[in-house]
Amino acid sequence: MDKKKQSEWKRHRFQILWAFLTNSYLVGFAKGKIYDGKLKNLCVPGLNCYSCPGALGSCPIGAMQAVIGSWNFRMAFYVAGFLIFVGALMGRFVCGWLCPFGLIQDFLHKIPFVKKISTFRGDWLLRKLKYVIFLVFVILLPMFVVDMLGQGAPYFCKLICPAGTLEGGIPLVLLNSAMRTAVGWLYAWKNVLLVVIVLLSVVIYRPFCKYICPLGAVYSVFNPIAAFRYRVDKEACTHCGACAKACKMQVDPSETPNHPECIRCGSCKKVCPTGAIYSGINCRKGSDTAVSSAEKTV
Amino acid sequence: MKKTEKKSGLWTSLNDRFPLPGIGLACAGILMMAYGISRGEMSVVFDKAVRICMECIGIG
Repeated sequence: MDKKKQSEWKRHRFQILWAFLTNSYLVGFAKGKIYDGKLKNLCVPGLNCYSCPGALGSCPIGAMQAVIGSWNFRMAFYVAGFLIFVGALMGRFVCGWLCPFGLIQDFLHKIPFVKKISTFRGDWLLRKLKYVIFLVFVILLPMFVVDMLGQGAPYFCKLICPAGTLEGGIPLVLLNSAMRTAVGWLYAWKNVLLVVIVLLSVVIYRPFCKYICPLGAVYSVFNPIAAFRYRVDKEACTHCGACAKACKMQVDPSETPNHPECIRCGSCKKVCPTGAIYSGINCRKGSDTAVSSAEKTV
Repeated sequence: MKKTEKKSGLWTSLNDRFPLPGIGLACAGILMMAYGISRGEMSVVFDKAVRICMECIGIG
């Protein structure tokens, strides 16, 4: 096993462990029910549907829509504060290490395919879509499109989220006969979306994270200023381009190590022949005084 | 000196040793969470999360 693969499996083991820890209500899978204990007061950092039978915590995106859409609250300070707290500490480290749906996409992309697509025309423009989805489906629609009681639906969960279909919809419908009788066009639509995402994930690395995920959109804003960050030792960097070539999110870490699209997978650090890329919270290395262009914007 | 490099000033030095914007925002996040909890938002999250969310799973 080469060095890069070893690095990936170290991360994958952590992702699997985290996914298991946050979805360890195994009784739920056996009985087709969900956990209803006190831990559900707390959000998990990644996109993890709270209607997954195993989920012990709440999905921050679902929770945000629930509070914004409730008749007596319109601002979600608790969930927004949680996202700011996590984002300011870790940025998109969450995407790379703590998101179960990211893990699933990672594994799907390992399936061999005749031609994997790393980028295409309009790729970077399409990546802005996740910000629009966050603004429209997570904030504006639940806030303004309300029923007679003044309550807004969780529109992102209802119309888009494939994680909810995979983690909650499919297991609950399979395990619960009452639910099987209730499935309709919405369930079919969400399954079609899930199938599209699954198929795309084989060809393109993490398409949901790149183009759709509202949680990734939030954390991406914090990447350049998050406490956990990447640095490049400009004196050691030979500009060989190995890091940019290894990056599956198509970032050039030697130029922008804290780019909003970086999910902190660590591939660039592993392939750097001079060890010029390093990370951490207090990540001053030796007498390095070089500052990357990303830090100059802070 | 390359264009992307600059000398280590007080801000850069502080920022290198202690990630001020990140830590500052994290503190702001804690304050926002505390305010949200004091308003009772946590109970809305809890009520939503302990019942099967029909919209989330594609039934509601």
